[in-house]
Amino acid sequence: MNSTNLLAQILEWMPFVLQGFALNILMSLLAIVIGTMIGTFLGLGQLSPGWIVGTPSKLATQLFRNAPWLVLLFYCIFLMPYQINVGGAVIQLPSWLRATIGFSFPVAANFSEIVRGAVKSVPRGQWEAAEALGYSRRSTLFRIILPQCITRMIPPWMNLYALLLTATPLSMIVGVEEALGRTQAAVQAQSDSRVLIPMYLALLAMFFLYTWPINRLSLMLERRFRTK
Amino acid sequence: MITDIQTFFRELAASGINLTIFYDAFDFDRFVTGLGNTLLLILASAIFSIVIGAAGAAILTLSKGPAAAVVRGYVALFRNTPLLVQMYFFYFAVGSIMPVGQNDIGLPQPLIGSFTWAVISLSLYSGAFNVETFRAGVGAVHSSYEEAALALGYNRRQAFFSVIVPLALRFSFASLANNLVDLTKATTVAYAVGVAELLYVSNQIWSDSLNTIEMMNVMLVIYLILTGAVVFIINRVEAAMRLPGFGLGDGQ
Repeated sequence: MNSTNLLAQILEWMPFVLQGFALNILMSLLAIVIGTMIGTFLGLGQLSPGWIVGTPSKLATQLFRNAPWLVLLFYCIFLMPYQINVGGAVIQLPSWLRATIGFSFPVAANFSEIVRGAVKSVPRGQWEAAEALGYSRRSTLFRIILPQCITRMIPPWMNLYALLLTATPLSMIVGVEEALGRTQAAVQAQSDSRVLIPMYLALLAMFFLYTWPINRLSLMLERRFRTK
Repeated sequence: MITDIQTFFRELAASGINLTIFYDAFDFDRFVTGLGNTLLLILASAIFSIVIGAAGAAILTLSKGPAAAVVRGYVALFRNTPLLVQMYFFYFAVGSIMPVGQNDIGLPQPLIGSFTWAVISLSLYSGAFNVETFRAGVGAVHSSYEEAALALGYNRRQAFFSVIVPLALRFSFASLANNLVDLTKATTVAYAVGVAELLYVSNQIWSDSLNTIEMMNVMLVIYLILTGAVVFIINRVEAAMRLPGFGLGDGQ
């Protein structure tokens, strides 16, 4: 068999792997949506002066930020039910969905830190000025501080998304059929050791082509917002 | 003393919390091996990744030619692709064309084992992040320091190594601590290529002893302690190397 045959053989398997990659993207999009929502609450909770909201938010953030992604994934895969009953309706939880929920926890914790960092980066003088003008703490936060934070939060949020996407292949370890799992299956099906390197390089290229523009854009935005 | 502990955990097991690692010698041995391997992975990868990061940052700062382009390419490539895929690429794809030796009983055994591949890929992955960290640290040193050194007769290379690097190092600690925490967490990925590290042995233990929840919690606590220890060590080093009147906390 010559090299054109080898190329044809690899191209033949590409649609199969790309379908798996679509699942990676789907998982990452779902997890970033869920993670951002929970993370916003956690982050604002961390800023709360009272201990009832503040302490649990800080603890949860530190816990999920410092635990390995794979360990959190194992928790969600092994300890979550396969299906849940909501008012009589049975909702199936396939492993990819449970893995997505597993990814949401570290994303939430990281986003919580992004929110906290962005709010802390606003000079104290603005809080004091708002207080002097008679704003309450709540309206200072929502009408003065947070609007300025949005632009500061976008670049790290995009980096977080890139990090999340590059973490999704971990779900292959717990049996989700995504791009890496499919590449492995494809390599085994071909039982030809020469396809190993090109197949894995193609997979690396897929992730690179998706993630690199996101990181570049994030860097560009960061520079742009900084000079302003 | 040891028997007391064993009896205590045996009784605890009877009440529902089955921590085999504290009374079963076999599970205990496995667990300690796994913990040792995790610590070794962290230590080896941390050292190599810091060396890679320092070398990469030095090349980026001192040279503008093809060497800098290679470093930039390496950083972009390793930062934007999944660690797990990199590890599979090294272990399965590159490993398939590596020479194979023979072990004591004559079976084929690859010269580079899964542990070494794990260290190589963890070091390269974490090293890419360290390059950026150290590079940012160099960027944070005000150019007047270099100008002062040049005015005193240092050449650019001497100024870089004797003046910029010691100062840049002090700017890099916060970000370096972050990278090393990420590295500590990333060692779990070595599970996928069969390195007998903490997650791997825990998985074996809960498969044999059916104490999944207990082992997962033990594992989680240990990883939290490990990441805490990494942060603590970096903070101690940072405090020991602090220059009075220089740094972020001193109203520079």
